Amino acid sequence: MSEEHAVVAQNVGKVYGTGAAAFTALGDISIAIRKGEFFTLLGPSGCGKTTLLRCIAGFETPTSGAILLSGRDITGVPPNQRPVNTVFQSYALFPHLTVAENVGFGLKMQGKSKAEIDAAVDRVLGLVKLEPFATRLPAQLSGGQQQRVALARALAPEPEVLLLDEPLSALDLKLRKAMQVELKRLQTETGITFIFVTHDQEEALTMSDRIGVMSAGALLQVGSPHEIYEKPVDRFVADFIGETNFLEGEARADGVEIAPGVVLPVTGHAGPVTLAVRPEQLRIGPPGEGLEAEVAEAVYMGTDTHFTLTLAGGPQVVARVQSRAGPEPRVGDKVGVSIDAAAVQVLAE
Amino acid sequence: MIRMRKAFDVTTLPGFTFIAITAFVLLYAPIVTLVIYSFNGGNSVNLWGGFSLKWYAEAAGNEAVQGAAVRSFIIAVSASGIATTVATMAALGTTRRGKFKGQTAIYIMINQPLMVPEIVTAVALLIFFSSIKIATGYTGLGYLIIAHAAFCVPFAYLPIRARLEGMDLTMETAAADLYATPWQTFRYVTLPILMPGVIAGAMLAFVISLDDVIITEFVKSAGQDTLPTYMLGQLRRALTPEVNAISTALLALTVVILTAFFLITRKRD
Repeated sequence: MSEEHAVVAQNVGKVYGTGAAAFTALGDISIAIRKGEFFTLLGPSGCGKTTLLRCIAGFETPTSGAILLSGRDITGVPPNQRPVNTVFQSYALFPHLTVAENVGFGLKMQGKSKAEIDAAVDRVLGLVKLEPFATRLPAQLSGGQQQRVALARALAPEPEVLLLDEPLSALDLKLRKAMQVELKRLQTETGITFIFVTHDQEEALTMSDRIGVMSAGALLQVGSPHEIYEKPVDRFVADFIGETNFLEGEARADGVEIAPGVVLPVTGHAGPVTLAVRPEQLRIGPPGEGLEAEVAEAVYMGTDTHFTLTLAGGPQVVARVQSRAGPEPRVGDKVGVSIDAAAVQVLAE
Repeated sequence: MIRMRKAFDVTTLPGFTFIAITAFVLLYAPIVTLVIYSFNGGNSVNLWGGFSLKWYAEAAGNEAVQGAAVRSFIIAVSASGIATTVATMAALGTTRRGKFKGQTAIYIMINQPLMVPEIVTAVALLIFFSSIKIATGYTGLGYLIIAHAAFCVPFAYLPIRARLEGMDLTMETAAADLYATPWQTFRYVTLPILMPGVIAGAMLAFVISLDDVIITEFVKSAGQDTLPTYMLGQLRRALTPEVNAISTALLALTVVILTAFFLITRKRD
């Protein structure tokens, strides 16, 4: 692969144990992550995303395949010889060292001079706004501050690639939101390739240039947040990212029949198909506009309301409608539902 | 206001105060007596003859006591040093890795001296060393140092292992990630974090070695008395408050070391 890729995984597999007890953590993963990209590995716990990250860091050796860093094969290179740094989920700060010593640790091990280390530590602590805490011990800092020290420590040696293993999962919601913005800013300012692992789809959508969705040791889809959200390749991706209505139907010349006599004008397919529609793509209007439906449930969520609608012929869909002043449909009301054909995804089974 | 029912409290049970006081008296009264009689001006260990420091002077001036004290010190320092090094390596070997088969068996084997009756080890060492003595002709303090180091290992091992078990393996992973070689990882991360455990282990081993009678008595060659075996020898002859004075000095040293041990293990956590 070419030099413009920071990290390339070629058919990487990781199997733990042997024989009957063998467990495949990674199937046969091939992925190319571009230089300067904010790339997120997204998937539920146990899907292999952390294993893949640990293979890139060098903490695990793949059982098969190769990992290239800027075109160089690093599959068997120990972690201390890879220009790759990690932000750990538990932060893993050295408790006996001050913030400044923690941040300077990587440079010290590389044999940099004291002047170089001091300058780099000052610069990176400035980047994460922790200058006043340089002489503190990690135990004297809050969780959010420790997180920023972990980030500074991994950034200080200016790695080619920064790996982040669910670094925000221990923070409360408000701090997490602030750190998401902060991480994106740091990535833009430093130009370092970030590989971020998370199970939080919202986090992935907010920060990433591209997302790789993983499940059960396999990479299901790689694409921009837009592509992943709007054009999910299969039911798992559509279901994992955001909320989705799934409708089973039979494709015909004039569209997909999802219930006897109910046809959505999605053409160009044949045979049994699954349609995916996001709840915000459904519009509720007066009866007669679009498909016939009855409101089965209405849940007020503040900024919007989630309506569960029973379509004529049985299938149920959820519509998300922005709350506004004035009367809203109530349970039992007959309404009309319009679905824009362009917003409907036909999924591979 | 409704009074909350008090939680179970053992101090309200009948006889609690009496039992507690009795236990403390039994623990400390003999030691207090021993310390008091070390300042006895008379020649008896239980007849008071006025306050005096003469038995301290007597003990300090006694060449046999001096020799025994120096020997005790050399053996305790060397044995605790060896035991702590071995124990540190054993603790690293049993904790800086994933769970493994036979882990419990290994723990039991390392702690063998805690379980085998000391007299058995003493007899075994006597027989074992005597054949080496015949074969090599060496009769120095080495045998005592090795014997002490062996039974001190579990005492050094336990606090070190406890410290390591509380230490996240991610520490070493993070160090490796930050360009540290395995040796640098040990030197700059594992060992500094482990240090309170190592010091605690060494102090415990030192005190245990200083105090040993049984194994020393069996292993020592002629003229190799340590302080405890010298005192045991005195018991067979005329018992004077000199043994009280030596005991008190040992007690003072032990109290100082154990206080330091307590402060060190507490401060870092």
